[in-house]
Amino acid sequence: MDLTTNYLGMTLKNPLVPSSSPLMRTLENLRAMEDAGAAAVVLHSLFEEQITQESHTLNHYLTQGVESYSEALSYFPEASEYKTGPDEYLEHIQKAKRSLDIPVIASLNGVSTGGWVKYAKQIEEAGADALELNVYYIPTDPHLTGNEVEQIYLDVLTDVKTAVSLPITMKLNPYFSSMAHMARNLADVGADGLVLFNRFYQPDLDLENLEVVPNLKLSTSTELRLPLRWIAILYGKVNADLALTTGVHTVTDVLKGVAAGAAITMLASELLRNGIGRLQVLKLGMEEWLEENEYESLAQLQGSLSQINCAEPAAFERANYMRVLSSYAPDYP
Amino acid sequence: MTKQMITLDGNEAAARVAHKVNEVIAIYPITPSSPMGEFADQYSAEGQPNIWGSVPMVVEMQAEGGAAGAVHGALQAGALTTTFTASQGLLLMIPNMYKIAGELTSTVFHIAARSLAAQALSIFGDHSDVMAARNTGWAMLASNSVQEVHDFALIASAATLEARLPFLHFFDGFRTSHEINKIELLDEEVMRAMINDELVRAHRDRGLTPDHPVLRGTAQNPDVYFQARESVNPFYNATPEIVQNVMNKFAELTGRQYRLFDYTGAPDAERIIVIMGSGAETAQETADYLAAQGEKVGVLTVRLYRPFSVEAFLGALPSTTKSIAVLDRTKEPGGPGEPMYLDVVTAVAQSMADDNPPFAVFPKIFGGRYGLSSKEFTPAMVKAIFDEAAKAKPKNGFTIGINDDVTFTSLEWDNSFDIGADNVVRGIFYGLGSDGTVGANKNSIKIIGEDTDNYAQAYFVYDSKKSGSVTMSHLRFGPQPIRAPYLVNNANFVACHQFSFLERYDMLSNAKTGATFLLNSPYGPDDVWDKLPNAMQQQIIDKKIKFYVLDGYEVARETGMGQRINTIMQTGFFALSGVLPTDEAIAAIKYAIQKTYSKRGNAVVEANYAAVDGALAHMHQVKVPATATSTFERPPIIPDYAPEFVQSVTARIIEGLGDTLPVSAMPIDGTYPTDTTKWEKRNISIEIPVWDPDICIQCGKCALVCPHGVIRMKVYGQDKLEGAPETFKSAPARYKEFKDDLFTLQVAPEDCTGCTLCVEVCPVKNKTQPKFKAINMADQIPLREPEKANWEFFETLPQVDRSIIPVNQVKYSQLLEPLFEFSGACAGCGETPYIKLLTQLYGDRSIIANATGCSSIYGGNLPTTPYAQNDAGRGIAWSNSLFEDNAEFGFGMRVALDQRIEAATEMLRELREEIGSELADSILFAEQLDEAGINEQRARLEVLKTRIAEILPAAEKKSKLENLLNMADVLAKKSVWIVGGDGWAYDIGYGGLDHVLASGRNVNVLVLDTEVYSNTGGQMSKATPRGAVAKFAAAGKAAAKKDLGMLAVSYGSIYVARVAMGANDAQTIKAFIEAEAYDGPSLIMAYSHCVAHGYDMKFGLQQQQAAVDSAHWPLFRYNPDLEMEGKNPFMLDSRAPKISLDQYIYREGRYRMLTKSHPERAAKLLELAQGDVDKRWKQYSEMAQKNGNK
Repeated sequence: MDLTTNYLGMTLKNPLVPSSSPLMRTLENLRAMEDAGAAAVVLHSLFEEQITQESHTLNHYLTQGVESYSEALSYFPEASEYKTGPDEYLEHIQKAKRSLDIPVIASLNGVSTGGWVKYAKQIEEAGADALELNVYYIPTDPHLTGNEVEQIYLDVLTDVKTAVSLPITMKLNPYFSSMAHMARNLADVGADGLVLFNRFYQPDLDLENLEVVPNLKLSTSTELRLPLRWIAILYGKVNADLALTTGVHTVTDVLKGVAAGAAITMLASELLRNGIGRLQVLKLGMEEWLEENEYESLAQLQGSLSQINCAEPAAFERANYMRVLSSYAPDYP
Repeated sequence: MTKQMITLDGNEAAARVAHKVNEVIAIYPITPSSPMGEFADQYSAEGQPNIWGSVPMVVEMQAEGGAAGAVHGALQAGALTTTFTASQGLLLMIPNMYKIAGELTSTVFHIAARSLAAQALSIFGDHSDVMAARNTGWAMLASNSVQEVHDFALIASAATLEARLPFLHFFDGFRTSHEINKIELLDEEVMRAMINDELVRAHRDRGLTPDHPVLRGTAQNPDVYFQARESVNPFYNATPEIVQNVMNKFAELTGRQYRLFDYTGAPDAERIIVIMGSGAETAQETADYLAAQGEKVGVLTVRLYRPFSVEAFLGALPSTTKSIAVLDRTKEPGGPGEPMYLDVVTAVAQSMADDNPPFAVFPKIFGGRYGLSSKEFTPAMVKAIFDEAAKAKPKNGFTIGINDDVTFTSLEWDNSFDIGADNVVRGIFYGLGSDGTVGANKNSIKIIGEDTDNYAQAYFVYDSKKSGSVTMSHLRFGPQPIRAPYLVNNANFVACHQFSFLERYDMLSNAKTGATFLLNSPYGPDDVWDKLPNAMQQQIIDKKIKFYVLDGYEVARETGMGQRINTIMQTGFFALSGVLPTDEAIAAIKYAIQKTYSKRGNAVVEANYAAVDGALAHMHQVKVPATATSTFERPPIIPDYAPEFVQSVTARIIEGLGDTLPVSAMPIDGTYPTDTTKWEKRNISIEIPVWDPDICIQCGKCALVCPHGVIRMKVYGQDKLEGAPETFKSAPARYKEFKDDLFTLQVAPEDCTGCTLCVEVCPVKNKTQPKFKAINMADQIPLREPEKANWEFFETLPQVDRSIIPVNQVKYSQLLEPLFEFSGACAGCGETPYIKLLTQLYGDRSIIANATGCSSIYGGNLPTTPYAQNDAGRGIAWSNSLFEDNAEFGFGMRVALDQRIEAATEMLRELREEIGSELADSILFAEQLDEAGINEQRARLEVLKTRIAEILPAAEKKSKLENLLNMADVLAKKSVWIVGGDGWAYDIGYGGLDHVLASGRNVNVLVLDTEVYSNTGGQMSKATPRGAVAKFAAAGKAAAKKDLGMLAVSYGSIYVARVAMGANDAQTIKAFIEAEAYDGPSLIMAYSHCVAHGYDMKFGLQQQQAAVDSAHWPLFRYNPDLEMEGKNPFMLDSRAPKISLDQYIYREGRYRMLTKSHPERAAKLLELAQGDVDKRWKQYSEMAQKNGNK
């Protein structure tokens, strides 16, 4: 079965791409993903904020208490070299490129304009095949308008596109007032791909300790619906490859994603929960289903249930909501 | 060969050579020599080779005695070997030094000469240590300046190979070891040319090898020992000439000619000073100055002190010499004179008896002492000595630099005498340790030294505190080499980097007329004037001082630099000093920033750049008015109701005027009053804790963890509130015993260091705004006065009745008065809460033997002492002997107490009838199992003393009764605590500790385990965990931490506990109580977070919890008494590991650094360390599960 798909100008052997997660930190895992059938990998994100913080932290503990007391003018030996900044990440890209045959997509989360551009260049030099810009940005300032927020995304993309020749894909959140318009704008500015959607970690509240606590919950298949809908809506309408992320766990999820129009479907929670070996199961299951249902190739399925191709385009719009409500019957009389 | 000039300090100058010309370096840290070992370790870690192309092996030993043994062994095995040490460290090496010299073994020890501990320890410089080693048979070569340290390190290394005598190469601790100066660097080619490889091979050939077996180290008998001892004489006779030849060769290679004795001054001088060490520089400069004015004076600088060449000495003296002053930087009490004086007298006497005496008339020779413990030695003092030499009967055995008003040895000097050249720029900078002033000045002097043609010098003075410490930087630069090893006076530039210092120091007294004064000021040029004390305004007017302000903290805030204003003020200095055009200076500062910080990441570099760029826009000249208008003066240092000693002595030291105290002001035997930190109000914290009585649950945790004893708790009757200040807070007491009473938690506002451990540990949150707890930080300045009044009122409230509360519970324990307060320990110190707890529980009946280290410094460093006294005048009696002997020291105290108890008991039995059998028996058979029992016994002893006093006049056994009266107090129970850090307990003192624990005597050992040598700056100890970075373990410690607890448990008769207050405070208290109660030796190992762990210490308690949760630090108690009861003596007080080791360790810089410098090794060591933890946990849990024997 021909499972090939095109993403960011690259021909991938199938639509299964492990997305940015802590699993990507070791070469061992990356190799296992390739062996299990991953068509590409998206590395964990390089966080500019983290680099800055680590630099300040290292400086803080190297200067804490020094030159204060005559017997202890310092507390640590002066090492000739520290791997600070993006060095480790860039080395990781290089090592991944050396040991994998599949494309390696880097992921970057910047803060400053200078940071986005500088690190994108370094990532390109390190040999990544493409770059995913992970604009993890929560606009909390009540004075900030929606237009201004959108402009931040467009500026980042423009700056990076100007600086590097790598294919760039934008990982987005769903909270734009006009998602389709935003997607089109990004594609117009030069996004080669759009990754829908970023899944923000929502903090929890600990009533016992009266604290806000970080809380990482892995996704489930029910979360597939949101990106599925928007992929289906945007397919064929924006000039960018679409990647579906969040909620991909089963063979059916993958197939639905492709049917909606996704070039690739990305996995993180599923691999974290059930292991990297799941890639192989999904690939086999996909092949089996396509064969059983007499598809010639995966390409035949791609976008077939998108809004422009499906039988009921309105089903992705308001009517969908109405139908769900009217079909909902409570369990109690 | 082109000259390479470099700006560095004496230690680095020595280490650079020592590392190049040796193969093995065995060291042990001791101030001020530690940096030499650290440099050597760094060079080897970087893979720098010696001149033969191999990288020297640097090994850290457990003590200086061990280092000397290792050196001796390495030498015997044929390696070129060296070490670095000072003070007590050198004394510990003496036994091996006799052996090494007796065996004619070539080696050089580099010594940063330092005072020896006598009436007190001192880390500062003099020749007491090297003079104590002069009998060992080593050649002794003295360097007087940083350049000479560099040169003589090589000259000594070359000479020892030929002479076969080992060499002590020494220079003045701190004054030279820590002075930064611009010197000419020795090229490696020079080193190769100086070191004769044939002699190196001969040295190796003398090494032991089974291929050519010999035996060394025989035992000899009366028949031959003497002759064998004399067999070395030819080598001693030949050495001076060898050294001179080596010096001549060195001169050929470098142009710098040295002689065994170098003479400076008038060729026809009549008055001569003989001196060695840095003071010689001062003496030479002064002699030249005076000779230029026609005075017949000169200085003979001693370089090769041993073997002392009488011939060379006399040859160097002008034949016109009439009077010789010999200056010794040491004291030999009871001798006819100090060592070098005696040498000179002997040399002259011998020569005058010759057929051709060198002088027409026997010169007057008089000796004197100067510069002990880095006491200043200035041109004015040199002048005073020359003046004395002109007298008919100069004072022999004089002192200079002090006022001896007891035995009147001192010479007077005129402080206004100055030889400073006009073209030398002299700057003094006042800063805080934490604001980076010293670092910036080190940087500035390097820039001036290396980017301009100027010569440059810097020296730094620190106060004795580890928190909020004040630093003074003394900088000089000018077109000629700077030879002025004394502090700057008559400064052209004074900078004050902390506005609050205006209240504390008279900074402008050292400013010369027309000087520039730069003040870091939150007030602008138009507002600052009236914020200065009146006297300072007058100084500015009178001395025509150019006054500038720079709001360094504003710039730091804007640029994300926090409290570090270093590069900001540095930029201001360069702009005002004009030593470089401003843009060049800024470029040089930025280059230095890049060099220093780029390893730490670009963000730090960028922040510093921004600070530099922002500085000048914030600097403004102040228009100085014609009159002083300020309405205030610097407040008094100490209130006038403080005790007399505190007023007359302590206050002067606090004020920085200790140098002016006369001999008569000093206690004669090193005995000082306790309870004096309360008089030293330092106000070092910007924020202090504020109590919220409405939500506080009165758990006591904040008071327990407060490292400085600043947070206190009391319960008291409601009637006691009368007269309370308006802002004094209280709440209904939440104690069942005191349910009708009030409770107050009070903060000492002027003593807090702002660590915020109290806030972190507080378990209560405000329900509507959980960001607030029951204790919260707030600005100190508006709170200072009201809280001062509240604190004073709080102190008048009664202490709790100790006998009625269960002190084994945290909340009750904190009602007990701490007898350890306001020490100079680091903000957030992890050690001091344990000591404070000890004093709360047993402060009124304990003697502490304290090992040298952090706890002896914050416990006993002048000016003030943190051990306090209760209302009855009882408190900790404390003493520090040495580093290595503390267990034995405390043991001796215990044996003495035991013996005195036995003797007093015996006397009481004998005098039973005279005293009254009922009273005598009640004392003899008293049960002192708890505090109530001890108090009853104390009361009985008072009755006894009264009784003896009554019967004494008419008694027959008068003498015996007097003896009993003298000894009676010993019959009330006393505890002996032996306190120290892990460097002592795990390393240098371990042998003694082991012996004392095995002795069975009732001593309590408290090991404050920071897992590193904290006091000397973070060197690895055997308590350092695997994978942690420390000095001498730059690549992470490879070996696992020693399990000291299990070693002690193995005896079966020692109470052992491992505690971590931040993880389980109740268990900590329980362990202290059980340890004290156990009638035998006990050992408590207390996890102490430390600045050397590399994280914000406010998280210290969370880290203690993580250490326990990961089972890195499993809590346990081993109580042999339980075994007697048939129970399992081993109680594991921790639960099974909840987190993996990496979740604990990677929150700390000491571990994380390794992941940045050696990531793969870090991963490997983590794996091994996790294995250690797993194995130990298995062992402990198996032990805990065993049943008792019944």
